Amino acid sequence: MSEKAPDLWQTACEAVSLLAASPSGLGGIVVKAPPGPVRDAFLAMLKQALPQGTPFIRMPHALPEARLTGGIDLASTLAAGKPVFERGLLASAHGGVLLAGMAERMDRAIAARLEAALDTGHVRIERDHISDNVPAGFALVLFDEGEPGEDAPPASLTDRLAFSIDLSGLSWRDLGGDDVLHPACQQLSPMAVALAKGHAETLVALADALGIASLRAPLLAAMAARANAARAGRHETDETDIANAARLVLAHRATRLPAPPEEQQTPPPEEQQEQSSNPEPDMMETQDRPLEDQILDAIASAIPADLLAQLQAGRGGRLAGRGAEAGRKAPATRGRPLGARRGDPRRERLDLLETLRSAAPWQRLREQRGDAAIAVRKEDLRVRRFRPKSRTTTIFVVDASGSSALHRLAEAKGAVELVLAECYVRRDEAALIAFRGQKAEVILPPTRSLTRARALLKGLPGGGGTPLALGLDAARQLADTVRRKGDRPFLILLTDAQANVGRDGLGGRQKAEEDALASAAALQRDGYESLLIDTSPRPQPKASALADRMGARYLALPHADARRLAAAIVPAR
Amino acid sequence: MHGTIKSPDYKTVFPLYKAENNRAKPMSLNYPFAALVGQDEMKRALMLAAIDPTIGGVLVFGDRGTGKSTAIRALADLLPERETVAGCPYGCAPQHEAGLCGACETGTKRKTVKSKVPVVDLPLGATEDRIVGALDLERALAHGEKKFEPGLLARAHGGFLYIDEVNLLEDHLVDVLLDVTASGENLVEREGLSVRHPAKFVLVGSGNPEEGELRPQLLDRFGLCVEVRTPTDIATRIEVVKRRDAFERDRAGFIAQFTKEADKLRKTIVAARKKLDDVDLPPEILEKSAALCLALGTDGLRGELTLMRAARALAALDGKKSVMLAHLRTVAPSVLRHRLRKNPLEDVGSTVRVERALEAALS
Repeated sequence: MSEKAPDLWQTACEAVSLLAASPSGLGGIVVKAPPGPVRDAFLAMLKQALPQGTPFIRMPHALPEARLTGGIDLASTLAAGKPVFERGLLASAHGGVLLAGMAERMDRAIAARLEAALDTGHVRIERDHISDNVPAGFALVLFDEGEPGEDAPPASLTDRLAFSIDLSGLSWRDLGGDDVLHPACQQLSPMAVALAKGHAETLVALADALGIASLRAPLLAAMAARANAARAGRHETDETDIANAARLVLAHRATRLPAPPEEQQTPPPEEQQEQSSNPEPDMMETQDRPLEDQILDAIASAIPADLLAQLQAGRGGRLAGRGAEAGRKAPATRGRPLGARRGDPRRERLDLLETLRSAAPWQRLREQRGDAAIAVRKEDLRVRRFRPKSRTTTIFVVDASGSSALHRLAEAKGAVELVLAECYVRRDEAALIAFRGQKAEVILPPTRSLTRARALLKGLPGGGGTPLALGLDAARQLADTVRRKGDRPFLILLTDAQANVGRDGLGGRQKAEEDALASAAALQRDGYESLLIDTSPRPQPKASALADRMGARYLALPHADARRLAAAIVPAR
Repeated sequence: MHGTIKSPDYKTVFPLYKAENNRAKPMSLNYPFAALVGQDEMKRALMLAAIDPTIGGVLVFGDRGTGKSTAIRALADLLPERETVAGCPYGCAPQHEAGLCGACETGTKRKTVKSKVPVVDLPLGATEDRIVGALDLERALAHGEKKFEPGLLARAHGGFLYIDEVNLLEDHLVDVLLDVTASGENLVEREGLSVRHPAKFVLVGSGNPEEGELRPQLLDRFGLCVEVRTPTDIATRIEVVKRRDAFERDRAGFIAQFTKEADKLRKTIVAARKKLDDVDLPPEILEKSAALCLALGTDGLRGELTLMRAARALAALDGKKSVMLAHLRTVAPSVLRHRLRKNPLEDVGSTVRVERALEAALS
């Protein structure tokens, strides 16, 4: 890491200097760095790169909507006896920089407001009797403090930001002393720079070669190229601008590695074929192909080093871009306030401040009727809303067919009880679905009650065919319900994966297996976490294939008893 | 509490929140609708809704950076002007007697003015008072007068109400929308006011399905649902980037380049609207659409009704005298894909299911 460190810092400097040239045009930058000297140095550098007096607004992590967009200022309103409007953070950041820490835990609604402001350069306010459209063009600096395995900042937001840089491996010793940037004393606006002929094509082709789907990426890269040219005082972009833009804007978005250059000489890989369907194929051929290759070579080192590993793992190391879902699944340890709404404080918790805020503008009017010092009416009452702590519901899906030995069921029952005993402490729930013959049944709906579970689990029969697909579908339905309630479903499938009854309830091994794989894929598509426990005497390739399709962890436990099952399950959750 | 003493420029006192001041303000230079590359289904759906608002709303679901919001915001500049009763705060249209507010109903002489069709943005985090309307604070404080200050629903009457990230809209606001879209009327009972005014608008929503499902009741309110994907074809992608880049550099100039095409589109919409009532709906088309809905098992009649309206609007857009099978085929995916009953196993998207059923029913 350390020999790469000066490069990284250099890259950060370059990104910042481009950002300073066109703050709102480039959206902003994602900085992966924990709080500390490196982050402070980065901020100091950013401040230095911007002209003096540029707004530098810090956004607190949990802030009410009114602070973000603007609303009634309570104190001044009470003092003045008439509504006084307070400018929100978005509008205050206009023409400058907005800093948001802990971006990986950002609320989806807040992210959506930021996105709207980034898209339109304005913030629309429709609240507290105010209706306005206020300019809010700013560069957003997102500090991502997430650990590997945690959620990433909302992908819809990071998609709109040109740059992303990982400073988490740097130490303050790595920072050069002489990298102080000077405020952009620009003679030229990036808007006055034109993209040279063929450069738009090059950027799109590069984005394609790196497997970047969003069209915002090449657009932001074009903007960055222009900013780069403007800094150098050129009126048209040249190759270095494009290379810089590709390195800073495109490389970190790569989802695949570009084809190695030696292969490109010989039979053209797919991407190249697609390119030749371009309206001006000969031009691409003669001029731009070499430029693209050069750039791809040049930016290869900027592509995240762990990209390959991540690709091999099937998906990114972190649950990037799952948006609200990720937010909901994040281990929220306590109810998060969601803002206030009108309501009845006898049923929900009164939000005193919001109540006063909504009563404030009316005070002068109400005063005339000789009311008390502060007149609060029923319609002013605001109650607080919380997002409840999300619980885990463990759904056992048990193969109760003849092929899966009968005693499996007994073991599963035992494991449910053990998990439930532990759930009670964590306020989690467990459910059980069994499938056999021609149907899948919810034997135990999600419950926290051990007694109820015991009563329901008593006398569960086994035997018959294996309608694996039906079992998985039932699990998905139940998981859907659980998720809709705001809880996190976790599926545990106990089977030997020898499906022989299809979704239609008819026999036929091949059809049954196809159905099961389709159902498993649906589970993965919906992003349910799961664990497949292979209960056959010898680990089955079919079972691991099924686990693969479900995106489930696979565990072969041929002779597990209830206790060993529970021991395997608990850490997996 | 900090913040009792703040520099005065951080606050703007009073007049800022006069909603009506902003009403006529033209939106800052939008990307022209005519300049959108590809995304034909989305463009078509928006135009159909503009031709026949009874089709219901349009829901645009899709990937990031596909120009969902751009297209919808561009709609405002595309729509032909409409006639409204002069001075009516609700923008009543005189030709629709059913949808007049109290004042317009009783008033005898109705002078009309031409005005732009509103495309109203409902931002996330809007509060209920601004959506349904509330007591006009300024009037109440300055003159002790009780006057209703119309909200976004009133402003959207006769036009479009756009909600970006519709799946993130708060539940209690969804309730308000469901109520109003069902009745076409906004009933306000708050702060001692009791106001009723027409609020008929085309609901347009956009969002990313990865960020949460839409409530089924709200989903049902949308007549058309389109899925947009990032174009994968390189030539299209290059064109998108080039145009967008040109737009960013010189907005006014770019828009000027497309005025001719925009005028043409506008004229097509006007012509289609005129033709709409004369478009024939042959019985075999009705049969086919019923068969299609049956095959897909869509709940209720709304699907069939919308299917016919959309097919008719498309025929009018094409300048045809009667609806043809091709029209039905074209609109069916947009009309039906969000009405399919959830099939827990389905690996394929609902679009594919609609297309399969189309093949079966129409062959």
